[in-house]
Amino acid sequence: MLDFGAVLVDWPLLLRGAAFTLGLTAIAAILGVALGVACGWARAWGPKPLAWVVATYVELIRNTPFIVQLFFVFFGLPSLGLRLSPEVASIIAMVLNLGAYAAEISRAGIEGTPRGQFEAARSLALNEFQVFTRVVLPPALGRVWPALVSQIIIVMLGSAVCGQIATQELSYYANLIQSRNFRAFESFIVATLVYLAMAVAIRHLLNWIGPRWIYGRDPLGGRAAAGH
Amino acid sequence: MVEFTLWDIVRNLLLAGRWTVALSLIAFVGGGLVGMALLLTRLAKPAVAGRFVAGYVQLFQGTPLLMQLFLSYFGMGLLGLDVSPWFSAALALTLYTSAFLCEIWRGCVNAVPRGQWEASDSLALSFGEKLRYVIGPQALRIAVAPTVGFLVQVIKGTALASVIGFIELTKAGTMITNATFKPFTVYACVALMYFALCWPVSAWSRRLERRMRRERI
Repeated sequence: MLDFGAVLVDWPLLLRGAAFTLGLTAIAAILGVALGVACGWARAWGPKPLAWVVATYVELIRNTPFIVQLFFVFFGLPSLGLRLSPEVASIIAMVLNLGAYAAEISRAGIEGTPRGQFEAARSLALNEFQVFTRVVLPPALGRVWPALVSQIIIVMLGSAVCGQIATQELSYYANLIQSRNFRAFESFIVATLVYLAMAVAIRHLLNWIGPRWIYGRDPLGGRAAAGH
Repeated sequence: MVEFTLWDIVRNLLLAGRWTVALSLIAFVGGGLVGMALLLTRLAKPAVAGRFVAGYVQLFQGTPLLMQLFLSYFGMGLLGLDVSPWFSAALALTLYTSAFLCEIWRGCVNAVPRGQWEASDSLALSFGEKLRYVIGPQALRIAVAPTVGFLVQVIKGTALASVIGFIELTKAGTMITNATFKPFTVYACVALMYFALCWPVSAWSRRLERRMRRERI
């Protein structure tokens, strides 16, 4: 019969695994979105050769499975003399993966900027960098925020694979617990529910953070003026 | 010691690639059927089935595919069934695909203007007739591009079946690496083969999307 008690006894391990998964996700989300925005800029406005390189990167990542990307980074790169710990390999693979998807998402946001906004920004004598970071990027992120949040959650769920190279995240501990008590089904049920809870929590958290700190604070204080 | 040439590696990977293709097709077709059944249930009885289907979709979209595979693999053993990685992988991927396709298609049905439902109501069409003659054809046109696009996700998803011991492209890559000690070459080949499978499908989906957008304008 099912015996969840045998699994829940090991709650400190599950907690540690869940915390590690959240940590990996947080780092990957920040670096991945930053990489994605840079790539989105390069594809929308960058010099032609750079846009081409970025397009190749995006297509390569989007058309190969995450597990193969992870194995390539962890097992493949050492033969080029680049030896990585499982944690670093996991983060690199997650950042590269998220970066490619975030590039496409943020490009869509950037390309949706109305022409008049550039002209207005230029007429205020803002330089290229200021135009991008202050005028284009915040509303662009606002437009695509739901898609970006979904992608971050997909990467969090995908990180379950990192346990396969012995990164000590949630699925790794679920595996460890079931190898000790042979309660494989129960152990993975519990881990699955924890993943589900984390997915829901991250969505709520990012939907709350986004409009407050990521794309809501426009330089003119428009939100405050509009009475939000 | 046996020397492995690049051709040996590529040949063995190609042989294993057949199983990636087979598993993808099974999951896509099976998932399409289950997803369509779920969608029809949801459309026919929104009050009763709506919540159940929404929960089903949330469950599969909010949990890792890897965990779903593990649960299918170990759950079947718990039921006393003979567990083959083939069957567990096909089952998990079918359910996973059905949840996503159901949600994608629901969006397509919702994209059909409300007036179309009302017009077919006023013509006293039955539920089946409404879907068959009015809503279905219009939703189908919208659905083609995202459905083809999702096929790429299914193909990539089959790579996780390697973890429960299903021998497809990724698992073959791991096995060949253990025999040849050339992880860089092998995983690069594996990645390129996935790319060769997925990229044409992605490109096709994008073309369908562009064409549809043109027709709409």
